[in-house]
Amino acid sequence: MAAGQVIYTLWLREMKWLVRAKSRLVASVVQPFLWLAIIGIGMNSTVTIPGSPISYLQFMAPGIVGMTLIFSSTMAGVSVLWDKQFGFMKEILVAPVPRIQIMLGKAIGGMTTSILQGLLLLLAAAAIGIRPSGVIELLQILVFMVLISLTFVSIGLAFASRMEDPVAFPIVMNFLIMPLYFLSGALFMPNMAPGWLSFLAHLDPLMYGVDGIRGAILGSSYAQYPMWLDLAVIGVFAVAMILLGGYLFKKIKA
Amino acid sequence: MEDGYAIEAHNLTKKFGDLVAVSSVNLEIKDGEIFGLLGPNGAGKTTLIHMLSTILPLTSGTAKVAGSNVSEDPDDVRKAIGIVFQEPSLDNRLTGRENLDFHGRMYGMAKEQRDERVKKVLEIVGLTNRANVLVQNYSGGMKRRLEMARGLMHRPKILFLDEPTLGLDTQTRRIIWEHIRMLNEVEKVTIILTTHYIEEADYLCNRVAIIDYGKIVALDKPDELKNRLRGDVVSINISNPEKYLAIFRKSKLVKKAKIVDGILHLQVISGERAIPKLIGLANKHGGQVHTVSLSRPTLEDVFIHYTGRAIREEAASDQSRARRIATAHGMR
Repeated sequence: MAAGQVIYTLWLREMKWLVRAKSRLVASVVQPFLWLAIIGIGMNSTVTIPGSPISYLQFMAPGIVGMTLIFSSTMAGVSVLWDKQFGFMKEILVAPVPRIQIMLGKAIGGMTTSILQGLLLLLAAAAIGIRPSGVIELLQILVFMVLISLTFVSIGLAFASRMEDPVAFPIVMNFLIMPLYFLSGALFMPNMAPGWLSFLAHLDPLMYGVDGIRGAILGSSYAQYPMWLDLAVIGVFAVAMILLGGYLFKKIKA
Repeated sequence: MEDGYAIEAHNLTKKFGDLVAVSSVNLEIKDGEIFGLLGPNGAGKTTLIHMLSTILPLTSGTAKVAGSNVSEDPDDVRKAIGIVFQEPSLDNRLTGRENLDFHGRMYGMAKEQRDERVKKVLEIVGLTNRANVLVQNYSGGMKRRLEMARGLMHRPKILFLDEPTLGLDTQTRRIIWEHIRMLNEVEKVTIILTTHYIEEADYLCNRVAIIDYGKIVALDKPDELKNRLRGDVVSINISNPEKYLAIFRKSKLVKKAKIVDGILHLQVISGERAIPKLIGLANKHGGQVHTVSLSRPTLEDVFIHYTGRAIREEAASDQSRARRIATAHGMR
């Protein structure tokens, strides 16, 4: 009960921020559509997958969902840095509550924004004919979206807990996100890539998330791994990253 | 707190590497007091209250705050105290009411409790009609008052105020002082404040500890501290003050003599009677007295007495340095 109240309090604050920062809200809504339109439709006009009944756009749509999630999730950590900058972090840290609850409140706040973006993207994809076949598949997609988001929100928060400069944060995060995105299988099938590249891709948590979403949208024959395996791997990553973030939050000095 | 002490600290010490920020401080603060820690910047005031409020771990010593040990039961201490930090710590994008409500939720207060308390603390600091305005539109003084209100939200027994009027203009400072007094009376909360403003400590505090280089060098009621000096201070502006310092020190009239900022400060029993004799003595040695002033001891004198320097020395030299730089860059 008490833990719920702390997490809810922090979540509520993030939501108030989101709704009040009109420019941020508009950008969050428009961005997924832009990405789908420019990257997806643009690439689709030049790239085809040899010997496959699906278009490149269909192949890529789950990757763009993953991209939206990884970007908005990791960037959510910046709120910690602004809190440090404006001194509000002290107010949070001196409250008599366990740090893991503070970290979870921030994580769930960041996740909500990122999931909302992901859902908008799913809507946009549905509008151009790429949609899951049923409710079960839709729920499967949602589970993967939550796990991807928790993993990367926690990574962002872990970095934010050790950093001070809100301007440097997105730069550092981009440095990390870009390779993770390109390795994730959003753009190509890792198992069909050269061995070393395939190996690196398998270290990337996002790969399992994208593979799971792809299986849910297009059907299991288009995924590399069975859904339970994708689910297990991204699930383990999510828990591990939450624990890491919680541990690092304990070390923040007020 | 049957024993009636809000704070009991013994041999409290904090080291940062080789630097001893707080050195073997013993401190007992009674329930309901307004207690002041007076000292220049870097004296260790903030470090001291950060230890008492569980923000910093102790290097050695023990401290009980509101009856709980800061090292063993930090959460109990945190529930019993409110803190207003030296730097601002509000969420500018929330309204005043939302900032208070956030705090109440973080301290586990139920909805009705929060609503009732928000109303009350807003009244105490006189912000009721600005409650629904975003904090980014508050003035500096209003933000400070909101922070004090927030510190009171969860009904703490002790409220720490770290430099509560730093950077505020004189008028706003007066208003804040009145609010601090009021919340001490209305809420029966013990207040521990740090300040480097002598007037603030003098006006507000029941007792004052003068802290310098991490040590408490004097601790008493402001009036008692002044009485300890037993006498008046005659300040003499004279050429070559070092020479006359030696001469005056030999005089039986003078109990203590010091040079501060190039001015001779002489402690004497009865200033009015001493002045003619002191000037006569200076003249006898060929001294040219420019100005003389007489003052009853102030807390500033007490501070000089115990630390050997004026409290605003550093600030003043910073200012003159800034002025020199401005001049050098042709800004004047």
